Amino acid sequence: MTQSIAHSKPRNRVRLSRQDKTYYSVVYTLVTLLTLIVLLPLTNVLACSFSAPESVASGKVLLWPVNFSVSGYERVFNTDEIWIGYANTLYYTIVGTFVNVFVTMICAYPLARRGLPYKSFFSFLFAFTMLFSGGLVPTYLLARSLHLLNTRWALIIPGAMGVYQMIVTRTFLVANIPQELLEMSQIDGCNDFRFFWSFVLPLSKAVIAVTAMQYAVGHWNSWFSAFLYLSDDKKYPLQMMLRRILVMNQIKASDYVDEETLVAMEGMADLLKYSLIVVATVPILCAYPFIQKYFVKGIMIGSLKG
Amino acid sequence: MRKKMTPLVALKRYWQLYLFLLIPLAYIITFKYAPMVGIQLAFKNFEYDKGLFGSPWIGLRHFQRFFGSYIFARVLVNTLRIAILSMIFSMPFPILFALLLNSINAKRYKKIVQTITYIPHFISTVVLVGMLMQLFNPNVGVYGVIYKSLTGTKPADPFAIPEAFFYMYIGSGIWKSFGWGSIVYLAALTNVPPELYEAAEIDGASRLQRMWSIELPAIVPIVVIHLIMNCGSILGVGFQKIYLMQNDLNIRLSEVISTYVYKQGLGNGSRSDYAYSTAVDLFNSVVSLIMIVSVNHISRRVNETSLW
Repeated sequence: MTQSIAHSKPRNRVRLSRQDKTYYSVVYTLVTLLTLIVLLPLTNVLACSFSAPESVASGKVLLWPVNFSVSGYERVFNTDEIWIGYANTLYYTIVGTFVNVFVTMICAYPLARRGLPYKSFFSFLFAFTMLFSGGLVPTYLLARSLHLLNTRWALIIPGAMGVYQMIVTRTFLVANIPQELLEMSQIDGCNDFRFFWSFVLPLSKAVIAVTAMQYAVGHWNSWFSAFLYLSDDKKYPLQMMLRRILVMNQIKASDYVDEETLVAMEGMADLLKYSLIVVATVPILCAYPFIQKYFVKGIMIGSLKG
Repeated sequence: MRKKMTPLVALKRYWQLYLFLLIPLAYIITFKYAPMVGIQLAFKNFEYDKGLFGSPWIGLRHFQRFFGSYIFARVLVNTLRIAILSMIFSMPFPILFALLLNSINAKRYKKIVQTITYIPHFISTVVLVGMLMQLFNPNVGVYGVIYKSLTGTKPADPFAIPEAFFYMYIGSGIWKSFGWGSIVYLAALTNVPPELYEAAEIDGASRLQRMWSIELPAIVPIVVIHLIMNCGSILGVGFQKIYLMQNDLNIRLSEVISTYVYKQGLGNGSRSDYAYSTAVDLFNSVVSLIMIVSVNHISRRVNETSLW
């Protein structure tokens, strides 16, 4: 048997030794186990969200809906707060991502150009902010003195660019915009703005997709800047609404009160939470199959040292 | 080497490119460097009517107050404990998972596994904490249900037990990020030259030996880079998640420097103390900076891997 391995061509399927068989069965078991650990909580949330309030309250639901119902979702969609949050989040995500990508591109392009004087000084200026910052209170006071508090701009301008994304973009541009292209267009009398618009932007579609996706998911999931800067709940993004409903009523009095009377109300409240988790996460998960490859690509570009 | 241009000549020749940089520079100077001017608050006694620049200097009094209070030891120990524990327990999982995935030959199965394990990465912190609270709810959560069916009694609420905070914090962190975190390591594994595998096969190395002596060394540089970056952010550990998971019952073990900074500085209504909070924050930033620079330095000496 050992001989057949030695003589077989590399392309042929090699018969596994006993040791390797054990190895592969351990590998497959562990991978399956880890996948189930990720999958089961998600399945439980989904199953609960489609169950009847009484079934949720009595803790009957595990991995499949019990007494199928959509009353949780009805409740969610009948809450104005959720719609307002959704609309606000859409606004912040779209406008914010647009600003992010714009600033990132116009910053990365000059820093990717060969031979720009004082380039390393500017690069340092940007990179240093990843290591040290003014801190929470000074940043807040700045936003206050700029009259950003309780405006929609507070969620867009202070985070107009991520230095990490800028560095990823710059690395991409250095590797993907040929120097000859620049030289040729310069001979033809093309200035830098024109070159940026007609050559750099079309050639950077991949990296723009990557960073735009990262920024967009960041905006969709963010709550802290709203928490910090906004006081008017008409401007709150969805995550702030979620925080109020999912997180804020953590320690409940119901543990100490007579349970029977509370079961119905309690059940509805919990059902609402499960449905809300699904409603808030589904848009990203729907986009996920399309954006997954861009994200993976982004990590690859980012891991190249530039 | 080209001769260095004077700023004026450079500006005249490259003004278009500098014009590109104008907005990003204005942004970074306003929103990243201007707040650094505000750090002087840490050494001042802030008075509303006099403002940031007019308030009187008081030297190191805020630092003395912080280091002298009982809260200093508590938040420092909590911060270090959470950061170090989550580093030790979270780092091996993506590495192990990447090595496991890399040994799987069934393409379709691998794809399905990847798609599923990447999902939690896209779940927001608020939703993650909300899910934790639902799943570990002693009445309706899956934890409560299983506990009850096994023992017949209702479990205590994990959010009311300070020690349980760590397990939930670290466990949910691993759950959220081990799949996504494995991508970088998988990328490094695809760069292993196939000759190495062939040579190992000819030498009769088992699959396990190949993993140990070919694949593991291939990802060491990336592991080191991640380790350095983690060390830099050790004191800034997940403010958002910790803040969301906190309550009066687990605060003893869950209060960390960054949540303390927030509460002292902004979260305390009219009793907020801007100057004191800035001082604590500054302590935090300086220690982080020193840590990342020195760990990077050591790493460059020891195995020639560094961030810059």
